[in-house]
Amino acid sequence: MDTVELSKQNDVSAIAADDAGRHAAFEARVAADEFIEPKDWMPEAYRKTLIRQISQHAHSEIVGMLPEGNWLTRAPSLRRKAILLAKIQDECGHGLYLYAAAETLGVSRDEMTEALHAGRAKYSTIFNYPTLTWADIGAIGWLVDGAAILNQVPLQRTSYGPYARAMVRICKEESFHQRQGYESMMQLANGTPAQQRMAQDALDRWWWPSLMMFGPPDDNSPNSAQSMRWRIKRDTNDKLRQKFIDVTVPQAQALGLTIPDPDLKWNPARESYDYGAIDWAEFYAVVRGEGPVAKDRIKARIDAWESQSWVREAAMAHEAKRQNKAA
Amino acid sequence: MAHDLAVRLGDDALILGHRLSEWCGHAPTLELDLALTNIGLDLIGQAQLFLGLAAAAEGEGRDADALAYRRTEDAFQNCLLAEQPNGDFARTIARQFLFSAWQELLLRRLADAADQEIAAIAGKAVKEVTYHASFAAGWVVRLGDGTAESHQRMIAGLDWCWRFTGELFEDGCAALRTEWDARVDKVLAQAGLDAPEPVRGITGGRRGRHSEHLGHLLAQMQYLPRAYPDAVW
Repeated sequence: MDTVELSKQNDVSAIAADDAGRHAAFEARVAADEFIEPKDWMPEAYRKTLIRQISQHAHSEIVGMLPEGNWLTRAPSLRRKAILLAKIQDECGHGLYLYAAAETLGVSRDEMTEALHAGRAKYSTIFNYPTLTWADIGAIGWLVDGAAILNQVPLQRTSYGPYARAMVRICKEESFHQRQGYESMMQLANGTPAQQRMAQDALDRWWWPSLMMFGPPDDNSPNSAQSMRWRIKRDTNDKLRQKFIDVTVPQAQALGLTIPDPDLKWNPARESYDYGAIDWAEFYAVVRGEGPVAKDRIKARIDAWESQSWVREAAMAHEAKRQNKAA
Repeated sequence: MAHDLAVRLGDDALILGHRLSEWCGHAPTLELDLALTNIGLDLIGQAQLFLGLAAAAEGEGRDADALAYRRTEDAFQNCLLAEQPNGDFARTIARQFLFSAWQELLLRRLADAADQEIAAIAGKAVKEVTYHASFAAGWVVRLGDGTAESHQRMIAGLDWCWRFTGELFEDGCAALRTEWDARVDKVLAQAGLDAPEPVRGITGGRRGRHSEHLGHLLAQMQYLPRAYPDAVW
């Protein structure tokens, strides 16, 4: 999932200090689509960019458990409740894969957690929107996971091996949950008038935030050029966003739902949909931490972590005693 | 008889699975979040099977969802232990440990029961519950034999839950008591904890006489099917 970070690119001058030969060899390997592995030499800026991207991807999985978890106790059937539990459980597992991948770059999970709680690391802007009805859960599965998959499929070929391999595993599970999300929306769209209204309202509220998941427009995406050259990123934000729209509009039509964009129109010359202006002011506000439930989300994570440190301390104390006895 | 048993087992699994789902995103570590969600999911799966069986047995055209979402609290037959609020992590662990140890013993017996449908579900579920019981026992030991604070919290968690354990051995389950006591004593000894003093037990869940907690739980759980009675989800 594309996490958006507006802070300046890490110290580019560090690259200049690196050994020129190793640097050229690294660039050649990346250009040849070889995977870079943890013990390989890599430019410091590449390492830092990856730590930022992978850890923020991991944080997104973890914070992303909260909006869906919000409806676990209110899921309207045992089947839906089980599906949602399985989905959130997978997200937690995806977070663990990704933290492990980031750790191969020499950063600890505790450091990453601390950066999240302190607000130094971001997570996907989408999770700062509230889940107000049950239909939001279907919309998240369909649109948010759909957008995430489009972002993640190219990352299966990203240049850093551990990240690419994590994405292969994650994409398999995500696709399954995305289909279940769409199926849940289909049930609503074919249901009672009240259910249909609920589905349309969810699409109205999640459509634009989903488009924003692909990040800022290409002409204002400071990290893109370098990330493309290093093959950390394989497609531009706008290209992926367009692909998402082209795939998703027919899905909405199949549901009998209306995309909340009066400017949306098929363009036969481009064989693609033209779409209306994204509210970038809202996007940048959400990135700055001003999303509707941003404070609630991060507070929930900090509370879980801080108020229960006694559990982690107990586990460590017990393990130390056990090892003492064994010695 | 088989019907009552299926309702009780289904309600226990449903209500405890629901409680565990409240933990989602709020556990002390990601690994524990995953484990609690995993156990909750197992229990919801068991609830689907046992309540499905109960609904079929009553032959009134209801299904598992109708039993879960359309009954009032006085018709629920879960044990009082399952509906206790999560409290802190130690209380959740105490509840899980005492319940899962009992559930594992019961399901092992039922896996060989004459009723083949009950036996089939019990045979599947016992594999899951064996993991739940071992997970919970492991944490009773870690918390009991961890720090001074975790030790105190584990004592308080057990103390909260203990008065509801007598109910588990009602309704034909009396024979499980000796083995359960031995098992609980063994884990508590490993954890450096004394078994709580015997108390006059609080019962009633099996007859629809619940604590004040269940009504709130059901209000939340059942709200959508109640608000949209014609809808299929």
